[in-house]
Amino acid sequence: MINMKELVIETRNLSKRFGDFIAVDNISFEVNKGEIFGFLGANGAGKTTAMRMLCGLSIPSSGDAMIAGFDVYKETESIKKNIGYMSQKFSLYENLTVEENIQFFGGIYGLSNSDIKEKGRALIQKLGLESESRKLVGSLPLGWKQKLSFSVAVIHEPKIVFLDEPTGGVDPLTRRQFWDLIYEAADRGVTIFVTTHYMDEAEYCNRICIMVDGKIGAMGAPDFLKKKFRASSMDEVFYELARGAQRKDA
Amino acid sequence: MKFFTNWHAVHKEKMHNMKRLISFVKKEFHHVLRDPKTLMILFGLPIVQIMIFGFALTNEVKNSKIVVLDQSKDASALQLLNKIEASRYFEIEKSVTSRDEMEEAFKEGKIKMAIVIPDQFQHDLLHDNKATIQIISDATDPNTANMLNTYVNSIINDFQSSLMQGTNIPYRIIPEIKMLYNPQLKGVHNFVPGVMALVLMLVCVMMTAIAIVREKETGTMEILLVSPFQPLMVIVAKTIPYLILSLVNVTMILALSVLVLDLPINGSLGLLFAVSTLFIITCLSLGMFISVKTQTQQAAMLISLVGMLLPTLLFSGFMFPIENMPLPLQIVSNIVPAKWYYIMIKSIMIKGLGFMYIWKPILILSGITLFFIVVSIKNFKIRLA
Amino acid sequence: MRTLKFLLQKEFRQIFRDKTIIAIILVMPTIQLLILPLAANYEIKNINLSITDHDRSAYSSQLISKITASGYFKLTGYNDSFKESLENIESEKADLTLEIPANFERNLIREEEQKVFLAVNAINGVKANLGGAYLSTIIRNYNQDLRMELIPQTKINPLPVIQTTNSNWYNTLLNYNLFMVPGILAILVTMIAGFLSALNIVKEKEMGTIEQINVTPIKKIHFILGKLIPFWIMGIIVFSIGLTLSRVIYGIVPLGSIPLLYGFIAIYLLAVLGFGLLISTYCDTQQQAMFIAFFFVMIFVLMGGLFTSIDSMPEWAKTVSRFNPMRYLIEVMRMVILKGSNFKDIRFHFLIIAIFAVVLNAWALWNYRKTS
Repeated sequence: MINMKELVIETRNLSKRFGDFIAVDNISFEVNKGEIFGFLGANGAGKTTAMRMLCGLSIPSSGDAMIAGFDVYKETESIKKNIGYMSQKFSLYENLTVEENIQFFGGIYGLSNSDIKEKGRALIQKLGLESESRKLVGSLPLGWKQKLSFSVAVIHEPKIVFLDEPTGGVDPLTRRQFWDLIYEAADRGVTIFVTTHYMDEAEYCNRICIMVDGKIGAMGAPDFLKKKFRASSMDEVFYELARGAQRKDA
Repeated sequence: MKFFTNWHAVHKEKMHNMKRLISFVKKEFHHVLRDPKTLMILFGLPIVQIMIFGFALTNEVKNSKIVVLDQSKDASALQLLNKIEASRYFEIEKSVTSRDEMEEAFKEGKIKMAIVIPDQFQHDLLHDNKATIQIISDATDPNTANMLNTYVNSIINDFQSSLMQGTNIPYRIIPEIKMLYNPQLKGVHNFVPGVMALVLMLVCVMMTAIAIVREKETGTMEILLVSPFQPLMVIVAKTIPYLILSLVNVTMILALSVLVLDLPINGSLGLLFAVSTLFIITCLSLGMFISVKTQTQQAAMLISLVGMLLPTLLFSGFMFPIENMPLPLQIVSNIVPAKWYYIMIKSIMIKGLGFMYIWKPILILSGITLFFIVVSIKNFKIRLA
Repeated sequence: MRTLKFLLQKEFRQIFRDKTIIAIILVMPTIQLLILPLAANYEIKNINLSITDHDRSAYSSQLISKITASGYFKLTGYNDSFKESLENIESEKADLTLEIPANFERNLIREEEQKVFLAVNAINGVKANLGGAYLSTIIRNYNQDLRMELIPQTKINPLPVIQTTNSNWYNTLLNYNLFMVPGILAILVTMIAGFLSALNIVKEKEMGTIEQINVTPIKKIHFILGKLIPFWIMGIIVFSIGLTLSRVIYGIVPLGSIPLLYGFIAIYLLAVLGFGLLISTYCDTQQQAMFIAFFFVMIFVLMGGLFTSIDSMPEWAKTVSRFNPMRYLIEVMRMVILKGSNFKDIRFHFLIIAIFAVVLNAWALWNYRKTS
């Protein structure tokens, strides 16, 4: 059954060391196409470092990883053409307008001018930003910025989109709307790789991986994990695992 | 009783504010100290600058390269040229044989002056009692040209007097020159205080301006402003760490000036620190003013560097004499804080003068400081309302 | 190529969005170019002199009127005691004092020799030196006149005299602006181009947008070119404004070729921008970048040969100044604008600045890593 599916992320014994400190310690996992894969862990557990390696932002110390069929050591440029990325720090240009940001990011991902126009219009319409399209992104409320940021991250229809704590600091309603966008993208076949520390969001994922001290503490579907740890919610699963952690907030 | 509780509450509130301020200052300090790279830059660079400029800069003109077109090649010409070569002002780059060659040397920018000694120099001098030497200077730099002219003329005068030795000259007025404060005419005494004023001013203004605008730019200022703090307190708390850092900087710069650059401290050390503190506060308030007026770090930095570097350099008076400037600019120079600090450290360190001689600059700096603080607070309030 | 187009579009939009920055870039150099050259006059005149005349004789007052008539000195004190004159120096009212002793006139005639005393505030060494030299010359001339007057013409022994003629090439009137304006323009262009480029990449780092750029397929070289080109254009604009101003306001018409000047500035700007980029690749915050840029720009400005002569520096400082790109620009500006030097005269300057441009940009490119 697994063989039938297309693997878009494959890692084997992936590690990253900074001097004596092992930020990511021998992790191996696979993610299927169209899957929503949650990456959980306390601060300092190594999730951001792991994600940066998968995006080609950071070169692994050892181990292997293939992203969308490309090698993270040698083919980072090809990887970058096939992924989208949105970080916890809001990363559109605040002093450009909504339209200008769309035009810029569409342009550098090689979309044609007509594509940029068309997709831009559709995107603005979907987010209900028609009257704001000529405003500076910096003047928008945080929730809108994040939704816009996500939409821009998938404007070139990447195989995978990496989301690094995308919903930090927004209200539950906006978070819900944000997840609607994620589901929609997943339905179109975009693989979602998301880190978060909101446990309710973990429940929205198809499968999750919990990092503890740079290692994989547990992995599987939310229901599977709850059963395994005899917990009623993901919160409890998480605390069960986090209790044994050596590294506290770094 | 009611009065008492009220008073008590007010007092408690005050204590509370004080505690808050202290904890806030502590936080700011941690913020500054946590970043070793920035800290090294803040401390290291001004000190390195003082050292480099202290040793390298002098507005004296010496070792200027010249060429000689000697058409006579006789003993007198040789004697005169030896005298010129021996002086510390000149260095004969080469002897040329034609005017074209001389002109070439000027155009390549290698030389500052050319001396043309005529054919039959010695003969003219001894038989006709009169010979003419042509001096050509590269006047693209009029300052250097002027000074070199004066120097070469005085060497030639000396040479002339040496020719007259043995003859008794009646009715002689002999000027006797005494150099006060700086008998060896060291450039250091003029430049180090000037460079100190310049570097301190720019560093302090930039530091404050950037620190505050940065909070604005990253949006954290809004958070601080909605906190129970008075806006003024926020600003004060942000500047205190920089005041202390700057004082440490001043101490190190002073120590180096005395130990390495041989600058004396003839006056009172206490007074020196007092005026330095005043000057730092002036600069911090100017930085505050810039930060209130700008929205981005880039703007704040461009104003405090591109806008202030050259004016501070020129109007502080250590490089160019202020009394030479046109009157409107002399007036403008009065609003440059570095000018007053430069006057004060020169007076205290080198001349050893006391408070009585510098109360005027102190008053002016205090006035400038007050002005910036008041205007900043006003603008700050307007922005809030 | 298409990527570069989008990058440039973005950079220009960001530059022009911030009206404050644009105003600063265009207005500040203009104002400074209009005001500062007037302030940077080094000619030593108006030397403040206070005189203590214990003699108050005909000769002493003749000498004093000779001094004041010379135009170099301004009489700011005429005192009875030397102590008062010294106080004038302490309070900066006077730069030097002349003391004419009692019985000056009588001694001069009877004893054929008389001393006068000069005391100079030597904190400013140059002023002291020149002031002393001027005053000595005036006294010597007065002395000669006096001698002529006292000794019958026929009795003078013919003494050898060396006359000097001084010609000031390239700037006959010793106009200070000719020297200062091109130099100040060189500094302003360098500061603007250098600071803007030093801050720019760091700003993207600080704001977090660089992460977003780093996960896109943008090539290093495109990203850096996207940053360089707009500031290169800004630099050329500022330079052109400055050149126009110096022509219109100060009447400075370059003697040499203007295309040659632009050719040099084009390469020079690449070097400065490369330097700014290099700084920004080493820094994490704009604050750090700014301080480092400030550090180097101060050294460039003060050791560039505009304000103080490079020849007068100690050997190690001369070596340092050889690594100062601004020095070459100031020299080239002076040579081409005032002396009419041609390409052959400045070929080494071209070569050196081209090496700067290549090395600095290559270094910046190498150090700007998208991955760590």
